[in-house]
Amino acid sequence: MNRYALFLGCTIPVRGQNYELSTRKVAEALGMELLHIPNFSCCGYPMSSLDQETAELLAARNLALAEKEGADICTICTACTGVLTETAKELEHNEEKRGKINVHLKDIGLEYKGGVKVKHFARILYEDVGLEKISSKITRRLDGLRIAPHYGCHFLKPSEIYEGFDSPENPHTLDDLIAVTGATSVNYMNKMRCCGGAVLAVDENLALKITREKLDQIKGLSVDAICLICPFCSVMYESNQKKIETTFETKYEIPVLYLPQILGLAMGMDPKDLGFNMNRVRPKTVLEKLGAGV
Amino acid sequence: MAKTIRINKNALKFRDEVLKIPGGENLLKCYACGTCTAGCPVREVEERYNPRRIIHMVLLGMKHEVLRSDFLWLCSSCHTCSERCPQGVHLSQIMRVLKNIAVREGIVHPSFALQAKTIREHGKLYEIEDFDNKKRARMGLPELEKKCPDLEILFSKGALKNIK
Repeated sequence: MNRYALFLGCTIPVRGQNYELSTRKVAEALGMELLHIPNFSCCGYPMSSLDQETAELLAARNLALAEKEGADICTICTACTGVLTETAKELEHNEEKRGKINVHLKDIGLEYKGGVKVKHFARILYEDVGLEKISSKITRRLDGLRIAPHYGCHFLKPSEIYEGFDSPENPHTLDDLIAVTGATSVNYMNKMRCCGGAVLAVDENLALKITREKLDQIKGLSVDAICLICPFCSVMYESNQKKIETTFETKYEIPVLYLPQILGLAMGMDPKDLGFNMNRVRPKTVLEKLGAGV
Repeated sequence: MAKTIRINKNALKFRDEVLKIPGGENLLKCYACGTCTAGCPVREVEERYNPRRIIHMVLLGMKHEVLRSDFLWLCSSCHTCSERCPQGVHLSQIMRVLKNIAVREGIVHPSFALQAKTIREHGKLYEIEDFDNKKRARMGLPELEKKCPDLEILFSKGALKNIK
């Protein structure tokens, strides 16, 4: 397997430590080395709305730091996955642009030659590690749990940058990674709907309305948890769940777990080691059903 | 009452500006089917945001109305419109192009200006403080750098140099 540097982005180090913790534990258990690069910055995605060149420059700086260490990049935020993948692809074939970017990178003592691959952890698990190997590590089957997957937009879209590894309209990667644990991956009507996170800072009420649509759909399906692979989707579905309940006078209390938390649980790990105590909507039913309290 | 829209050479300049910027090159392929609007998660809950209308306004050269609008900043960049567009117009990229043009004209949504300022200063959207590193250490997570001076250098020469 390739050598990967774990790219945390902005949200995970301060608001999604349970995601980081469980990712590291699951990677370790699967024999995957994750290199730490302490001066990775923001991926660049938030700046694309203001100036695409700045966004690409930030992305290129991060790519250059990984290249210097001889590593590919493993992302766990879907927005980071999007801009880093897009920039890596662009700079691989567009020599003119690479030249322009390198003029700026030279100012900070860096150069990007091109060739760093970017992959989301879930994609690495599916493509490089494989369901068979993951299955061989399962010691606590999650039979009986009903989990609703939320893919997040940038994991699969724009599809032209992702080599068609999964369908943007009818994907299966995350469903399969849930099913390998023995849990049931629950299908629902607006499965591919955006979390609304990108407009949270612009118009909070609008963003919450988008988030609410999916929670409304999932509510009636007796699911034990939503499964996510992006920290900003978690900000919307988990951190803001109470606010949505208050604003729209409704009730959900739907636990929200990150994929590696679910996998780690199935691999027999202690919920505490997977950061379950940091989940804001208490995943009580999940742990009760498995007899694995925090 | 709405004014009659007159398309003159000046109006077409805006259209041409969008066409020239990477991401905007497919604008003229739009045949106004509205597939973008039908699948848009923002449109579903917000009347102000209408992708098909935005494209048409750009084609008619309504630069001022588009760049000064509040809908400009409401795209959630989920790319559903781009995936489903039968003509490959790539509206989510066009929205990005329009926002980038607005910024060049000095129109910056305050929430994005704040993000630019924070990233420039701290390297990330959320500042890493000693408290965070201590908490991380307790959990067995590796330390992160609190500042990223590289970004001040990169921002100071780019299009966002005046946002600080």
